[in-house]
Amino acid sequence: MSVHEQFAEDLALYALGCLEGDEKLSLEKHLQECASCRRELEELRGSAALLALTASGPRPPARSRTRLVDAIAKEPATMPSRVRTPWWGVLGWVTAAALVIAVTLVWTQNTRLKSNAQQLALLSNQQQSELESARRVVDTLTAQDAMRVSVLPVDMKIPPPEGKAIYSRERNGLIFMASHLQPLPAQKAYELWLIPVQGAPIPAGVFKPDAHGSATVVNPPLPPGVEAKAFAITIEPEQGSKTPTMPIVMVGAGG
Amino acid sequence: MSTAAPNPNLNDGALILAIRSGNQDAMAELYDRYSSVVYAVAMRVLGDTGAAEDVLQEVFMQLWRNPRAFDAGRGSLAPWLAVITRNRAVDVLRKRRPQTEINDTLISIEPDLAADADRGKAVDKVRGVLKDMPAAQRNAIEMAYFEGYSHTEISEKTGEPLGTIKTRIRSGLMLLRKAVEPKP
Repeated sequence: MSVHEQFAEDLALYALGCLEGDEKLSLEKHLQECASCRRELEELRGSAALLALTASGPRPPARSRTRLVDAIAKEPATMPSRVRTPWWGVLGWVTAAALVIAVTLVWTQNTRLKSNAQQLALLSNQQQSELESARRVVDTLTAQDAMRVSVLPVDMKIPPPEGKAIYSRERNGLIFMASHLQPLPAQKAYELWLIPVQGAPIPAGVFKPDAHGSATVVNPPLPPGVEAKAFAITIEPEQGSKTPTMPIVMVGAGG
Repeated sequence: MSTAAPNPNLNDGALILAIRSGNQDAMAELYDRYSSVVYAVAMRVLGDTGAAEDVLQEVFMQLWRNPRAFDAGRGSLAPWLAVITRNRAVDVLRKRRPQTEINDTLISIEPDLAADADRGKAVDKVRGVLKDMPAAQRNAIEMAYFEGYSHTEISEKTGEPLGTIKTRIRSGLMLLRKAVEPKP
């Protein structure tokens, strides 16, 4: 029996928790070095989990629920809820059947250039400070420690997923932010699509939610001058896709 | 604390994220979803309602204190909870100190099995395989898993050679695994 075969037999026992003594120590040492045995162990533990799940019986008594609820009330989570500063302010809302993004096109027009020199000078200053402001916006959006918060009605307990897209056709700019996104299986990602008035959906960024369910897409490359009818989100393989894979999981139309 | 109706739209991962923020309603929702599973496993091992209730409390309190132990991207909590519960209950049964750190338990379940319906089917298949297994093999697996005996103890109790017990347990577990593998 090869070394590996010997470990293979022990892996099953280890997965069931019945390997002991020197054999257990040997196997644990081997597992540190052998990725294929670790993978095999994970799968065997999966089978063991199904074995555990064959257990069935009456529900626990109601007092157990009360006991747990009282205990967690007495012991608030050790990580305090983070102090949250509002980012978006008022939120668009959700239909019963679908998750909807409210798309707001709020880009303001720039003032028209005047020929007057004084106004040119003023404009130059104004542009400088606008540039500075714009830079700060982008810096904040893309900062590593950026936190974002949804401000919700006081009695809302568990917030549903939601997002906002801001798109300027003129400036070929798109900013998209989402929160409370549901986590995805490995090797999958969300993909944002710009649905044009005419033509096929255009890929507008691939993203995965962070540990808090938030995600941001800032100015993805887009063909210029596209008139957007709507934005949508689908779930794709993590490298993204050229065409959307149904179903659409979130959608919103411009207004 | 209100007993809010379960929100079926939120998957386990979303609930875990809420729990990480200290959301007590999300914790209660998770209890409502999985207390039966945890209690059933604890009862299967311990056979005593008082002891099973204590393990139930311990498992959920551990999750409350350490919600990051479960990788929210991994689908359903049920298989993971079932294993944690089995391990904790066996420790109680054998009057041992807790043997396994909650963090170390990484469970691989085919993504297909993550959904409740698929998992239910898989569990039924496993029950079927167990039923059809030779009694000595089923016995060895159950002694190992639900009674927490080591392979040496099983060999002693049954009078069978150690090598036989090992092979029986291994091939039994492989049978369970084969039964739920996706068909090619």
